[in-house]
Amino acid sequence: MIPTIAILTIREALNRRILAALVGLTLLVVAATAWGFAKVAELSSNQNVSTVTLSLLTSQLLVMVMFMFSFVLGMTAVFVASPAIAGDIESGVALSILARPIRRAELLLGKWLGNAIVLVVYAIAGGALELGVVRATTGYVPPEPVAFLLYLAAETVIGVTLAILLSTFIAPMAGGAIAVVCFGLVWIAGIAGSIGELLNNETLVRVGVVTRLLLPTDGLWRGAVFSLEPVAVLASAGRASALLGNPFLANGAPTTPFLVWCGVWVVAVLAGAMLVFRAREV
Amino acid sequence: MRGAASPAIHTQDLAKRYGKTVALRALTMTVERGEVFGFLGPNGAGKTTAVKLLLGLAKPTGGEAWILGAPLGDLATRRRIGYLPELFRYQSWLRARDVLALHCALARIRRDRWRGEIDAALATVGLADRADDRIGTFSKGMQQRLGLGVALLGTPDLVLLDEPTSALDPVGRRDVREIIAGLKSRGVTVFLNSHLLTEVERVCDRVAIVDKGAVVAEGRVADIGAGAGVRVHVTDLADAERAALARFGPLETSGEWLRVRGLTDGAIPDLVAEIVRRGGRVHAVHPERATLEDRFLALLGEEKPS
Repeated sequence: MIPTIAILTIREALNRRILAALVGLTLLVVAATAWGFAKVAELSSNQNVSTVTLSLLTSQLLVMVMFMFSFVLGMTAVFVASPAIAGDIESGVALSILARPIRRAELLLGKWLGNAIVLVVYAIAGGALELGVVRATTGYVPPEPVAFLLYLAAETVIGVTLAILLSTFIAPMAGGAIAVVCFGLVWIAGIAGSIGELLNNETLVRVGVVTRLLLPTDGLWRGAVFSLEPVAVLASAGRASALLGNPFLANGAPTTPFLVWCGVWVVAVLAGAMLVFRAREV
Repeated sequence: MRGAASPAIHTQDLAKRYGKTVALRALTMTVERGEVFGFLGPNGAGKTTAVKLLLGLAKPTGGEAWILGAPLGDLATRRRIGYLPELFRYQSWLRARDVLALHCALARIRRDRWRGEIDAALATVGLADRADDRIGTFSKGMQQRLGLGVALLGTPDLVLLDEPTSALDPVGRRDVREIIAGLKSRGVTVFLNSHLLTEVERVCDRVAIVDKGAVVAEGRVADIGAGAGVRVHVTDLADAERAALARFGPLETSGEWLRVRGLTDGAIPDLVAEIVRRGGRVHAVHPERATLEDRFLALLGEEKPS
């Protein structure tokens, strides 16, 4: 029953204008950045800038572009997935579905899986396209492109999972808005945590750690940034520890326990969503 | 309660509260297998709540119920139930055929039977020529027809229809009556939730009238509507002779007027002849005809508008 709902969800997402609009916009942005990166490469060769410098410049620009993409991805995940349950209950579609021999957990997992597949494909395709464009225009390839795409995908899954949980008890738009606020707060708390490390302020460090555990998107984003950074940037960042609070820099890959925690987080939030949805009346 | 001999639906003091609001006070009723059962009541009486409880879409706050012999919420039983919600909405981006296919999957109907099931449902509800159109282009009436088609998939043993003609024109209503008659002829139990009394009167074997969350009357349509009787202005009839008329039906006396209830049309001349034979003098005979609507309004404590 889960595959049936997942396929239905995928078909629904593909039918919605929001996804078509996003794909269109993404292509537009990719085209614009292609022009920009080509321009950077052209200027560099005109001014005899060394390949190393070009790589460094490109890597930093790429991180900024990807930061934007990751933000768009978070928003997309939330707004595509947040009507999953709430929208069907509001419209009445859920009535005829839930009267069938289907468990609510199956409906929820099917919705989660369908949305996750659509958005992970979007994340990986969009990310890979941008990396391809950068390589084609400047010849630059980040150190860990596959790891980067995986972190992006993981971030997306976290976003979808949060949106699904919210959609079991909050109206679609409200759920989307709350999720976006959560992402923003976690991002700021992540920066606060980094500043805390710099200033040796334990309270700030704790804020960073706790929020990163409550919603692991920022932690995963730091993994994504880390896999985009050339060794030279990491070395200079190590020396200039003042850069630690910068969301465009990460001084290390997420630890294995953190990645395990991300998996646990997804399972726990889905379990919570099931509990809430089971008690929900339609 | 288990087994084929169990009633299609049995509820015992089934209750539902939303906070302080009582949606269903204590619903006790039995729907036998193979009958067309009308569930009547004014808006807000708790009809839709009752259906949602029966289907496990909402949880009761009191009482018990069994559906097709199984307690509420039994997943396997839902394979044998068809349901048309009052709020009928289907995925607007799907084609009619896709919606039916989705429900074939959800109802766990064997894949090789889908095509036949879908074509039969489309033909029954008169949507065969719109099978490949998107639901978004359908009128409300057509969506309700589609919902009815969805409810008929998989040859269910019990079909719950919540206000199935609310969006339909007179032709559509007639079609629904025919569909219900067809279901009955196949031995399917139909639970019809409605406030359209004439509809119910035409198709139902038995009805329950609910008001303020409880059943106020339950029985065969003929019996519930059977206020039918006669008022006779009689003089010179001895009390003993008068009492003997009880064989025609329950008697009420008010001065010189005698009221006999539950009388069939053909029995009125016999009653008059009997009164005369026993020495009574008949001055006036007023036949009374109570429809389900009269009874409904009487039970709800409202006068029929003149």
